[in-house]
Formats: sequence, structure tokens, C-alpha cells
Amino acid sequence: MLQNSKEKIVIKDLNFFYNDFQALKNIDLKVPAEKITALIGPSGCGKSTFLRTLNRMNDLIDCTKVKGEVLIDGHNIYQKGLDVVELRKQIGMVFQDPNPFPKSIYDNVAYGPKAHGIKNKEVLDQIVEDSLKAAALWDEVKDRLDKSAMDISGGQQQRLCIARALAVNPDILLMDEPTSALDPIATAKIEELIKDLKEDYTIVIVTHSMQQAARVSDYTAFFLLGEVIEHGPTEKIFERPADERTEDYITGRFG
Amino acid sequence: MTDLRLEQEEIEISKKDKLTKYKEKGLKIFFLLNGILAIIVLAGIFYLLLSEGLPTFEEVSIREFFTSFRWNPTSRNPGYGILSLVISTLAVTIGALLFSVPVGIAAAAYLAEVARPKEREILKPVIEILASIPSVVIGFLGIVLLGPIIARTFGLSNGLNVINGSILLGVMALPTIISISEDAISAVPKEYKEASLALGTNRWHTLVKVTIPAALSGITAAIMLGMGRAIGETMAVLMATGNAPAVPRSIFSSIRTMTATIAIELGEVPFNTTHYHSLFAIGAVLFVMTFLVNLVSDLVLHKYGEGE
Repeated sequence: MLQNSKEKIVIKDLNFFYNDFQALKNIDLKVPAEKITALIGPSGCGKSTFLRTLNRMNDLIDCTKVKGEVLIDGHNIYQKGLDVVELRKQIGMVFQDPNPFPKSIYDNVAYGPKAHGIKNKEVLDQIVEDSLKAAALWDEVKDRLDKSAMDISGGQQQRLCIARALAVNPDILLMDEPTSALDPIATAKIEELIKDLKEDYTIVIVTHSMQQAARVSDYTAFFLLGEVIEHGPTEKIFERPADERTEDYITGRFG
Repeated sequence: MTDLRLEQEEIEISKKDKLTKYKEKGLKIFFLLNGILAIIVLAGIFYLLLSEGLPTFEEVSIREFFTSFRWNPTSRNPGYGILSLVISTLAVTIGALLFSVPVGIAAAAYLAEVARPKEREILKPVIEILASIPSVVIGFLGIVLLGPIIARTFGLSNGLNVINGSILLGVMALPTIISISEDAISAVPKEYKEASLALGTNRWHTLVKVTIPAALSGITAAIMLGMGRAIGETMAVLMATGNAPAVPRSIFSSIRTMTATIAIELGEVPFNTTHYHSLFAIGAVLFVMTFLVNLVSDLVLHKYGEGE
């Protein structure tokens, strides 16, 4: 199915537990490099939980347990002794609600590079400019970089969060329903941006909107009750789903 | 028919509306009166301090009062300079903050970010109990416990001095600082922390660069409240700082604060003398100082509050 492209992330028999509740069951999934993979499914199906296992954000929650393997470029990120901080430098994340820091626009973008030891002002300026340009925000904010990030619109904030993630130069971008808090125009801008970004990044996007998955993604995985029901090229999933449950969900019989 | 019924209903509704309106008006006035009462009490206290304090300046020049270091109202040649008392008060207050602010913020950060829920459940009430220890007990500990330790450690003849008072005041300000800072740090949205961690920073970096700055307004309020407590505290500093109305030359000098001076002398001073009035004048100065601290903290809160 995915022979043509390189695999960036390979998930092998992944299980995830909150206390006794099993949120993910025997997930096997391959995420191709420099493509957009969309995760769809009804609320509570485990798609966000799954996304957060890819950069080990679930480590922050108490009483959780992971079984199985997640290989990024062939290395298991759940092996013992792995530096989670190093791992997360490689993987950018954009959250459901825009969450810029209560700092200036410039400081938001420069936050990651500064934390990783870049002190040279010119280098930082360049990173900030490049990241904001890559996130299609530069023209709108270049004259007010020192203004608070809390004063720009929600759509701009979300693009700022994307710029902030890009500034640490990751290979992978994880997006957790990045447009669910935005209006249609801002959503369209972000979707346009996501499509542009796939040239350089492997993108995994969780979305509540099937139309969005159909519009932006190359591959789609359908989650239901913690399992991957079906996974394949987006066209195939939407036009000729193999599983009855996928078809029911896509045609809107439940959701 | 239907029209009539509708009209009746409308009349009933408007009656109800009127009743609710009166109720709301009544409540509004009730709360307004309570608010006004607080202001009246405050104004009354300030008026009392001024009316009793101002007669001081019939005999003592304002310049002497504020700029002379000599406080000795019972001498044959009485001195009414409060500068050494003010400096002493500021010295122990700043000393207390130097000790309690770093410790308090660190403890608050530990409680909010590091401690497991069970540890927090035990620690927070214990810290809040610390606030309920009477200050005279703390002063007692300063005399019998901390004083000798300080004297021995630094080879002094007497351990009742600035540093002793500072540590005691710091301990007394700690519960306020910890408790309010902890609330402020806990209230920082977890989205900020997640965003920072997802960028590949460790917990320490996230705490120092994101969480604490985001909680700064609350932490500032905590520090100011702690400071207010330290400036106004009487008993502990009276007991533990050596009772010597002089300018402190070092952190090992014995001193006497403004509050301690009022507490010691007011009981024995003859009524309506200059000495009596001067103690009220000290009270008025103290009032203005704490008022300024609160005002500044309010301004800071508003400034940062808007940014969030």
C-alpha cells in the first residue's frame, strides 16, 4: 500500500492504558515521510491519545502505561534510557486551542531555539523570520514582533504556534485538531499552510472534520474505540472503504 | 377571551418583575453599605492617627521628626527623630524578604509542579498552620532558640539583632507567600507547560521560563502581602531584635522597629504629652508605608493582569 514512500514512523502493536482503561489496542501503523497522515474517528476513539504517544506527551499524565513499539527512523522511542527532551526537539506539536505563551510574538518563536542554546541575536532574528514566513504569518506581524502574542487573532495565534514549533527545526509535526477553535477563513489558511509544509515535514494531523481529512491528507487512518479500523490512501478510504464501519462513519451514519 | 387572559398574565409578570427589581435594589444597597463601612473604618483610623499625631509638631519640627536619628523622648533634652526606627523597620523587612521570597517561591513551585498529590495534601495544610502560630510564640523561639544559635555561630555577645528579627519575620511571611504563590502557579494553564515541553525543553526550564513568568502577577501579590505582614508585625520583632532605638550598623546590630516602639512606650506614656502624640505620628507614618506597599502591589497586579 505504501511501497512508494519511505516510512518515517512505524508503530508496532502499540497498547496504551489509563489506569485499567485500555485506550489504544494493538495499533499497527506506518506513517510515510513527507506526507500528511490524517487520523479520524469519533470523540473518545483514542486518536489524540495516539498522537501524544508519538512524542511521549502522555508521559506527563500519571498512572499511564505503554506497551509496544514506536519506531522513528528505525529507533524505538520507548526504549529504556532514551532522552525524552531530545526526542521532542525532533517532533513539533500544535495543540487544539492556540496556546502562545504570554510573551511577545518574537519571544514565542525564539523560545525553543533559545532553550536549545542559541544566543546569537542575528541567528535568532533569522530563525524567527524564517519560521514566521514558513507559517505564513510574517507579513502580518513583521512590524509588531515585540507586541504581546495574546493580542493577535485566534487564527494568527495558531499560525504563531506552528511557527514556534518550526523554529526548533523538527522533522515531524504533530497537530491535534489544530483548527477546531477557528473560524472557516482561518481554517482555510491553516489548511493551505499544512499542505505547503508537507514538502519538508512529516505531518500527522488529528481532525474532527472528515472534510478536512479529505482536503489536506495523503493518507487516512480511521480509529474506533481504540483500534485502527482501516488505514490507507485518503482517496481509497473515502471512496472505497473496505470496512463497513469506516463507510458508516464517513457517510455520517454515526459520529 | 384570549386577549384578556394574555393581559392578565402580562400584569402578573410585571408584578413579579417589580418584586425582583426591589429585591435586587435592596441587595445592591446592602452590599454598598458594607463596602462603605469598610471605607469609613479605614478613614476613621487614619483620622484618629492624624488628629492624635499632628499635635506632635507643635513642639517638634517636621524636619527633626523625619530626619533626626535620635529617638529619646524621656530624656531631659528629648529627641523625637524617627529615622533610625524607620531604617530599622525597613532593615528587618528587607532581610525577611531576602530570606522568604526565594524559599517561598521555591516551595510554592515544588508544591504546584513537583509534589505528588498526596504530598501536597499533607504539606499545604501544614504550611498554612504555620501562619496561625501566635507571633509571641515565634518571638519566644527567637529569644531562646535562634538568639543563642546566632550568638554562638558569629561569636557575638548577644543574638538579639537584625538578622534574628529578619529570620523570624521571614518565617512568619512564608505561609502567605507560599500559599498565594502556589495558587498562582497552579492556575497557569497546562497548555503553556505542554507547549514548552513539546518544544524539547526540560521541566526546570519550563518552570523558570514559562510557568513562573506566567504566574508573576500572583507571585508579586504574594510577596507584597508578605511584606505588608512583615512591616506591621510587632511582637516577634520586639522580642527578638534587642530593643535598641539606634541606626543598625550591621546585620548583627540590635535595633527597635517602629511597631515595637509604639507597643513598648504607649502603655507608659503620660496622656496628651508630646511623647504620646509622637507615637501616633509614628503610627500614621507606618500606615502610609503599608498603604503604599498595597498600592504598588495593586498597580503591579493590574499591569500584569492586563497582559494575560
